[in-house]
Amino acid sequence: MIDFKDRSFRTGAVITGFVLIVLLIGLFWTPYDPNDMNAAEKMLSPCLRHPFGTDNFGRDIFSRVVQGAGSTFLIALGSVGIGLLAGVIVGGLTGWYGGWVDEVLMRVNDSLTAFPSLLTALVLIAVFGSGRHNIILALGVLFIPTFARIVRMEVARQKALDYVRNALLMGVKEPRILFVHILPNILPVLLSTVAISFNNAVLAEASMSYLGLGVQPPDPSLGRMLGEAQAFLLRAPWYAVSTGLAIVLLVLGFGLLSEGLGGERRA
Amino acid sequence: MKRFLSLLLVLAMTAALCACGGGKPQSTGNEFTVGISADLDTSLDPHVSSSSAGTREVLFNIFEGLVKPDTDGNLLPAVAEAVSVNETADVYTYTLREGVRFHNGNPVTVGDVVFSLSRAAGLETGDPLVADVANIQSVKAEGDRTVVVTLKAPDTEFNSHMTVAVIPEGVDPAREVVGTGPFRFVSRTPQESVVLERFDDYWGEKAVPSKVTLKVIPDAQTMVMSLRSGAIDLAARLSSSQVSSLGDLKVLEGCNNIVQALYLNNDFEPFRDLRVRQALCYAIDKQKVIDLSADGYGTPLGSSMFPAFGKYFVPGLTNYYKPDPEKAKALLKEAGYEKLSFTITVASNMPMHVDAAQVIVELLRDVGVDAKINQVEWAAWYKEVYSGRNYEATVVGLDAHGLAASDMLARFQSDHAKNFVNFRSEEYDETYAKAIATVDSDAQTALFKQCETILTEQAANVYLQDVADFVVMQKDVTGWRFYPLYVMDLSTLTRVQ
Repeated sequence: MIDFKDRSFRTGAVITGFVLIVLLIGLFWTPYDPNDMNAAEKMLSPCLRHPFGTDNFGRDIFSRVVQGAGSTFLIALGSVGIGLLAGVIVGGLTGWYGGWVDEVLMRVNDSLTAFPSLLTALVLIAVFGSGRHNIILALGVLFIPTFARIVRMEVARQKALDYVRNALLMGVKEPRILFVHILPNILPVLLSTVAISFNNAVLAEASMSYLGLGVQPPDPSLGRMLGEAQAFLLRAPWYAVSTGLAIVLLVLGFGLLSEGLGGERRA
Repeated sequence: MKRFLSLLLVLAMTAALCACGGGKPQSTGNEFTVGISADLDTSLDPHVSSSSAGTREVLFNIFEGLVKPDTDGNLLPAVAEAVSVNETADVYTYTLREGVRFHNGNPVTVGDVVFSLSRAAGLETGDPLVADVANIQSVKAEGDRTVVVTLKAPDTEFNSHMTVAVIPEGVDPAREVVGTGPFRFVSRTPQESVVLERFDDYWGEKAVPSKVTLKVIPDAQTMVMSLRSGAIDLAARLSSSQVSSLGDLKVLEGCNNIVQALYLNNDFEPFRDLRVRQALCYAIDKQKVIDLSADGYGTPLGSSMFPAFGKYFVPGLTNYYKPDPEKAKALLKEAGYEKLSFTITVASNMPMHVDAAQVIVELLRDVGVDAKINQVEWAAWYKEVYSGRNYEATVVGLDAHGLAASDMLARFQSDHAKNFVNFRSEEYDETYAKAIATVDSDAQTALFKQCETILTEQAANVYLQDVADFVVMQKDVTGWRFYPLYVMDLSTLTRVQ
C-alpha cells in the first residue's frame, strides 16, 4: 500500500521527523522567550548566542522561528483536519447515494471552488474576524471541496467493486460499509491529498498572517515574521532567510512525503 | 511537480523581494516625483471633516483659507489681506486681498468666501462639515471686499480656524478640485498617482516646481527601493527602520506633530477606574517604547499636546508618571484588577502604531496585565474605533487641523463628537469652556495648560510620543520645510545643480 522504500518518502520522512522533533521541543523550551524584547540587542547578525540573529525588537529569531513554525504547523493541522473530516462525510454521502443529494452538495462544492481560495478565506475572515481560531476555520472550509471531490470519486468507484456488493448482499449496514470497508481502501489517495493540502495550508497561513489577518502580534508565526522581515531585508537579510528556510523545510518535508505516497499510483 | 510549485512560491516570496524597486529617475529640471504612502481619499472636497491626514497634507498645496500657517506656527494672511476682531472676540472682520484668483481663472469674490464659510459651518443645512467652524453664527458680505463673521460664543482662537478652504461658488467641490493655492490639481489615477501643476496666477510667491507627481507607494520597502533607485525624488514620514536601509541619500529629521498614545476607551469597565488607567501609565515606559519601536527617535509626551505648539506645551507633564512596575501592580491590586486583560485594536496599515502596541504588550506583561493585539483594516478601524467607539484600547496618532490649542484639546470635552475615548470630567469641561471664552492671551494659555494637566492627572490615555518624521530626498533636492502641523509644502522644492 505504502512503499516505505521510496526515496522521496524516506527523505520526506526524515525532514518531517526532524521538523516535528524541533517543534515538539519548542513547545516546552526555546533558548529565549520568543516575545522578550531587548533594546541593547537589536538587529544582531547570527552569532553563537543567537544562531539566527535578532529582530528589530531585539527578540531572538531562532526562538521565534521555532515557536512560529509550531503555531503555523498547528494551524495547518487544524485546518486540514476540518477539511478532511467534512470532506470525507460530504464525499462519502454523495459518492454512495448519488442522485439529488449528490447534485446539491456537489454544486455547493463547485461554487466554493469557483472563487480563488485566498479570496474566500479573506471573506470568511472579514465575517468572523481575524485571529488564530478563525484562520483555522476559514482555511478548513477551503479544503472541504478538494477532499469531498476525491472521496466522492473513490467511493463511487469502489461502490461498483465486488467486495462492496458482497457486503451489501450479506446485509452489512451502509455506514459500516462506507467507513469500515471502503475508507481503508481509499486511504493511500487520501493520505497524499492530506500531505498536499497540508502544504497549501502552511502557505495559506503564511499569506494570511503576512497580510496581518492571521496570528496577531506579538505572537510569532512564519507568515507574520516574513512580513516583518520584509522591512529589514537590506539591513538584516538573515531575518527573512531563516524564516523562509523554516517554511521551505516544512513544505518540502510534506511535499516529498506526498510524492512518496502518491508515487505508486502514478507509476 | 506540485512540490516544485510550492517551493517556487516560497522562494518567490523570500527572494523576489530583493529584486523589486528599480526604474529610472522620471523627473528632471523643475518636475518632481514625490512618494506618498497612501492614496488620497475618494473625495477631495476640502470641507469633508473625515478626510485622512495624508489627504489633508496634500490638499494644503491646492487650497487656502483666509489665512494660512507658516513654518513657525504663525498665521499669515492669504485670501484675506487683513483681519480685525472686536473686543469681545465674537465678530471677526476680514478684508479680502485683491487679485487672488481661483485655478479656473475667476477672481475670488466676497460671494465665494461667504459661500465657502457658510458651507463649512453648515449654516444652511444645520450640519457643520468642518467641526472647527461650527461656532459661526453668520457670515455676511459688506461691500465687495469685506466679510464679517459673527460667532455664537466668543473665541479668541477663531482666526486660526480660518484656514478652512475658500472654494468657488457654483462649482461642486466633490467633482472639481478648484482652490487658490500655489498648485492646481491636474489629474489622478486611483491607487497610482496624483498630478499637480504650478499655478502661474498665484497671488503670492509662486511655486518653484512646475509639476509634481505624487506617486502612491503603500509598501514601506518599495518606498525605500524607489528612493534608492531614484524613481522618486522625495518621500516624507518615513520610519527609522526605513531610513536605516537607505544608503547614500539626504535625510532630514523632524517631528510628525502627532500625539501617539495608547488611547483608552474610558467607558470600558476596568478603565472607568482612575487607578487602572494610572497603573497603565506607570507600567508603560515611553522611552522603552521609543527605543524599541523607533530606534530611539521620537519625543516623549505626557499629554495631548506636542512641542511644536511651544506656547501651550507643558514639558513637566512628560514625566508625571515615572515608570514604576511595582506601583502599577499595587494600583491594579487596589482597584481589584490584578488579572486585567484587554484588547488593543490597531490599524494594520500603520506599522509604527502596530510596533508600539507590540512593545506595550510586552511591558504590560511584566505587571501581569494580559493585553492582546487585534489588527484591523484602516476603514474598519475608523468605523469601529473612531466613529463607533466600540473598542477597549487603541494605539494611534492624533494630529491638529490648525494652529490652535483647541485643535488638540476640544475633543476631550465630555459631549464632543470626536471624544472617541469617552473621557468625562466636569473639571475639564469647565476649564476648557473658560479657556475658550477668555480674551486675554496669557490667561487663556494658562487655562489650556491646566486642561492638559487634567488630562495627565486623570490619566485619560497613556501618552507616548511625537513620532519622528524622516524626510528623505535625492542629493540634488533641497527646499523642504517643516511645519508645526501635519502638512507637506511642495512649493519650495528646488533642484540644485
